[in-house]
Amino acid sequence: MTPQSPLDPMDLAGIDDLLSDEEKAIRGTVRAFLDKRVEPFVADWFERGEIDDIRGLTKELGALGLLGMHLEGYGCAGMSAVDYGLACLELEATDSGVRSLVSVQGSLAMFAIHRWGTEEHRGRWLPSMATGEAIGCFGLTEPDHGSDPASMRTRARRVGDDWVLDGAKMWITNGSIADVAVVWANAGEEHGGIRGFVVPTDSPGFSAPEIKHKLSLRASVTSELVLDGVRLPGDAVFPEVRGLKGPLSCLSEARYGIVWGSLGAARSSLDTARRYSIEREQFGRPLAGFQLTQQKLADMALELVKGQLLALHLGRRKDAGTLRPEQVSLGKLNNIREAIDICRMSRTILGANGISLEYPIIRHMNNLESVLTYEGTVEMHTLVIGQAMTGQQAFR
Amino acid sequence: MNIVVCVKYVPDAQSDRTFNESDNTTDRVGVDGLLSELDEYAVEEALKLVEAGEGEVTVVTVGPDQAADALKKALQMGADKAVHVKDDAIHGSDAVATSLVLAEAIKKTGTPDLVITGMASTDGTMSVVPAMLAERLGLPQVTFASELSVDGSTVTIRRDGDAASETIVATLPALVSVTDQINEPRYPSFKGIMAAKKKPVEEWALADLGIDASQVGLDAAWTKVESFTKRPPREQGQIVTDDGDGGTKLAEFLAAQKFV
Repeated sequence: MTPQSPLDPMDLAGIDDLLSDEEKAIRGTVRAFLDKRVEPFVADWFERGEIDDIRGLTKELGALGLLGMHLEGYGCAGMSAVDYGLACLELEATDSGVRSLVSVQGSLAMFAIHRWGTEEHRGRWLPSMATGEAIGCFGLTEPDHGSDPASMRTRARRVGDDWVLDGAKMWITNGSIADVAVVWANAGEEHGGIRGFVVPTDSPGFSAPEIKHKLSLRASVTSELVLDGVRLPGDAVFPEVRGLKGPLSCLSEARYGIVWGSLGAARSSLDTARRYSIEREQFGRPLAGFQLTQQKLADMALELVKGQLLALHLGRRKDAGTLRPEQVSLGKLNNIREAIDICRMSRTILGANGISLEYPIIRHMNNLESVLTYEGTVEMHTLVIGQAMTGQQAFR
Repeated sequence: MNIVVCVKYVPDAQSDRTFNESDNTTDRVGVDGLLSELDEYAVEEALKLVEAGEGEVTVVTVGPDQAADALKKALQMGADKAVHVKDDAIHGSDAVATSLVLAEAIKKTGTPDLVITGMASTDGTMSVVPAMLAERLGLPQVTFASELSVDGSTVTIRRDGDAASETIVATLPALVSVTDQINEPRYPSFKGIMAAKKKPVEEWALADLGIDASQVGLDAAWTKVESFTKRPPREQGQIVTDDGDGGTKLAEFLAAQKFV
């Protein structure tokens, strides 16, 4: 056996060896940026419920290449799905809120315009969204319609050549700071049902009040979108896509990022707990020396390794063009569920210190409560898998 | 303007740095290495100058195979091309020999308008290579710049000392070493990382530079590490129990250590 470098306690399975040098470089540059620009401040942002200079931060994320990084052309970096996943993992290891900012910009707003928009939509919005000059949001969920978006109440009416939108969207990340909103509305049977619209947020009748009193994703802007007779030119609509296929294709993109991202929060929590257990002494010896602690650490490490292998496998499939939506459901369901368990278990190792914002764990844990629900709830993904296994649809 | 930046591959200060048991040289293989952080400032300054005008940035390193990682990082930041001088005979070279190899490599790249280096390496921290290199190249040496500007045929720098800040002007071509106050080095962007894969890296051996192996390496070194000992573990601090005279005891301790 050739001599090896010491075993990395956070990469017991040697998954790093499955990554190329470029993939490691991508991950490294994201980590270095976050360590300097976000990590020292993010607990304070979370506590205050406000990101300092969020526009400046977004531009810096854009300069690095993070915004719409897996899209081609229009100033986007054109990176692979695995690169994008690795970036999401690092972002969420810092904070789910910052990862959400990047996910919504790239995988929801930019992806929607890139995939379904006209050449004019793409040319107008994508270059400035890639640099972070312009911020985007994505409006599908409504106050009364979450997992069942087909029942949405937001309406698009044809008035002459124009469209007029009326309705409300809820839980919209980046809403209050967005320059452009991709809004899904029911245009009625004669116009193809659910259609997507590119809505500049300075359109008369558009407003986006921020949602307060969140105890999760506090380092992230979450908003309601109010559409009160918003009049748009005829070419504001995505020309081809009709029905739920449009928004669901975008959600599948964002979900893919969560398959990786959630493991970032888990890794950060586990590593915090591991280090803490080595330093903290009770009954005259480190917590790490107690079998119950070691059991917890080993159990968490196993789930982290399995989640990482699953994420990488799905990423390679996505790059090969063979990834199916059911497989994204599999990844999202497993990884968010295990990640939140890892955060909770890590918290117990820190005892009372685990509930303090001095450590990242309670922040990750609270953030993941949102991640458990958004981009398809755990329940919906469970039923998607159930349907794939049995042919029976259990949610309708 | 064309700029050469000299960079060094050093052991990561975050990891356990050691010496090789066999010859007391720095262990560059057993620990993770990277582009010396102080050299990132040199690369950044060169990139800013070229981006504001025109020209090319060439990064040059002398080191083992792994030193290619340091070049790659500089290329990912935006440097145009790289030169890697590697030769088994270079192992164990001191600053004098290193400056010789660097000088010959720089001459072979052509005549740069400016040579920029970091203020020191983060492993050896001697700060002497810039001066030696300037001497070998016959260039004005302007060291420890915390501000730099180029105007036509001159370079102007500010050097911050304890007593005063000096403004120094030199004619080009010149050699400048820069401090960590001069700029904020960029992070390699994704585009930079992808573009670096296609950038040229020349690999030269001593023979390519007309240097005889006897001029470099451990045997030619003017200074040698005779022995080393591991840093002793930190000792337990002294705990003073406050029985009402804690302040006095603290003052006595500080006085005994000559802090007051």
